[in-house]
Amino acid sequence: MDLFHTLVVLLESTIRVSVPLIFAALAGLFTERAGVFDIGLEGKMLGGAFAAGAVAAVTGSVWMGLLAAILISVLLSLVHGYASITQRGSQIVSGVAINFIVAGSTVILGEAWFRQGGRTPALADGARFSTIDLPFADSVRDVPILGPIYADLLSGHFLLTYLAFAMVPISWWVLYRTRFGLRLRAVGENPGAVDTAGISVIWLRYRAVICCGILCGFAGAYLSLAMTAGFVKGMTAGKGYIALAALIFAKWRPVNIMLACLLFGFLDALAIRLQGNPLPLIGQVPVQLMQALPYILTVILLAGFIGKAIPPKAGGIPYVKER
Amino acid sequence: MSNPYAKLPNWAEYGLIPLVNLIVAFFVAGLVVLLVGENPLEAAYHLVNGAFGRGEYIGFTLYYATTFIFTGLAVAVAFHAGLFNIGGEGQAYIGGIGVALACLYFDQTLPWFVVFPIALVGSIAFGAAWAFLPGWLQAKRGSHIVITTIMFNFIASSLMVYLLTRVLKPLGSMAPQTRTFAEGGQLPKLDWLLGIFGLNIGNAPFNVSFLLALVAAFGVWVLIWRTKLGYEMRVMGHSPGAARYAGISESRITIIAMMISGGLAGMMALNPIMGEQFRMQLDFVQGAGFVGIAVALMGRSHPFGIIPASILFGMLYQGGAEIAFEMPTISRDMIVIIQGLVILFAGALENMFRPAITAALAGFAGRRAAVTQSKGA
Repeated sequence: MDLFHTLVVLLESTIRVSVPLIFAALAGLFTERAGVFDIGLEGKMLGGAFAAGAVAAVTGSVWMGLLAAILISVLLSLVHGYASITQRGSQIVSGVAINFIVAGSTVILGEAWFRQGGRTPALADGARFSTIDLPFADSVRDVPILGPIYADLLSGHFLLTYLAFAMVPISWWVLYRTRFGLRLRAVGENPGAVDTAGISVIWLRYRAVICCGILCGFAGAYLSLAMTAGFVKGMTAGKGYIALAALIFAKWRPVNIMLACLLFGFLDALAIRLQGNPLPLIGQVPVQLMQALPYILTVILLAGFIGKAIPPKAGGIPYVKER
Repeated sequence: MSNPYAKLPNWAEYGLIPLVNLIVAFFVAGLVVLLVGENPLEAAYHLVNGAFGRGEYIGFTLYYATTFIFTGLAVAVAFHAGLFNIGGEGQAYIGGIGVALACLYFDQTLPWFVVFPIALVGSIAFGAAWAFLPGWLQAKRGSHIVITTIMFNFIASSLMVYLLTRVLKPLGSMAPQTRTFAEGGQLPKLDWLLGIFGLNIGNAPFNVSFLLALVAAFGVWVLIWRTKLGYEMRVMGHSPGAARYAGISESRITIIAMMISGGLAGMMALNPIMGEQFRMQLDFVQGAGFVGIAVALMGRSHPFGIIPASILFGMLYQGGAEIAFEMPTISRDMIVIIQGLVILFAGALENMFRPAITAALAGFAGRRAAVTQSKGA
């Protein structure tokens, strides 16, 4: 029973750390499927987290914070879009630039406006998300096995957590069952054909980039409004890159993305839990190895040793209408 | 990548356009300074004064520049072969192992001028080895170099935390760093060089690896523009199809270019480890690998552009510290913003002002042609 309890706690924290990964990886899914590579997920998430923390602290409203996160993240997406779609610049270079601009400016602005060492003020209860208890969670807690799973694992998360998991089928539906989704995927594979059909490649890609911005905004808001009460400098701590790794690991498919994010989240939760404790059967595993595992797995996958990850064909190439 | 723009004269291509992009980047940075309620002109004064106001400041500026020359060259070499090596950070970090091992083994027995070449070879070997895998994976397994090098940065960082906390740390010490090297592991300063100009470098860690950086820059120029290998790399960078048609082995060039790039990034480790701290510390690279991207973009991947670009970033690092001291609201993170803006305007948006500049030059040239014509008539 003790092992079972440990497992429930572990899975519960897995869900908690996976949420920003799922939002960000789905965000990447939209742009990359449209043929715009985005290594600026990290920056957009960080910008969103800062905007959410700052605005929620000033207005005292969690919803204004969420809105601000989405606005800033979409704005950064549009910068990326302008550079890589309109100006046909390098998408990688633009993503790198956005990551740096955000990493620097969140610290400078945060320090100048709030003077708390790059933090935003701790948020009061109304200015952050609180957890939601599913109905009957308390009364069924004593039911063996299913009780704890329902009461501790499924219940008691933030609204954004449930939204993140709901976004998985929604993204699947948008990408695979709507006209917009079909065109979006087509523009990432063969933009010339889409253009011939009389559909604007530029406008489609811009819409994809905006979708990415919205989702990254959610990821950022989750970090500063739900997971913690306020923004801390550099709080994304490479989560954007892990999300990127998850996106590739999932071979650019929505359901696989959720599973990959849960796997990487599980590794993270395990690494925190195991700190100093030996693992049964294997013995002491260095924490650093656990932390590096998502990256190592992605490299192995990319090398084609576990299936093959084939990116969208037109990814990374700016579209030139006429030659 | 196709270049739909008309060719400009060299002075405009390599001088005017980077300059305009740089000015715009600094202008936007100035807006950020305004946003936090400070005076951008005052910040600019502290920046320049803090970087060049005294011999010691100049020493620090050139010390940082040394680091950036190495990482900038690393990015540039890969650029010429059409590869984007974001892994300079990790390669430099791993390169540090080579330097540290050489110093730990020989610092008490051999003089610095013997340890230095050994450490140099070590840094190149470790840096190149860390770049070999992404290169090999791209060449043979088709995995994207950008993604693998990003992943390798994180793997390198975890590996180094492990090594510095468990393996290389002396017994009984708490700090995650190697022991301090004896005299053999310490590079002499270049005080005489600045002494020629009557400057006193004081405590600045400006050391002989600066000369090595200049040699490396010259070496890269020779490699890229004066050797067959360099020619093949440039062909592949311009047009992989043409390279294949000419019988150039794509995988061979990819792997070699990545290893040279990694080796150059690894050499960067000599400067902070043997030149300043005399030990290997956690996170000694401090983002220099990423600064290399900005430097290479600004220097247009040419060694003679990379050196001034590195000095500019050295100025930002040293002068930025001075700004942070004089104007507490502006911390050193300002440099990170400027770095990002330079990458954005000199890299991703490099063509934003090109049509306007081309039109202006064409208009000017056209008028001059008209004048000579009317004179002739």
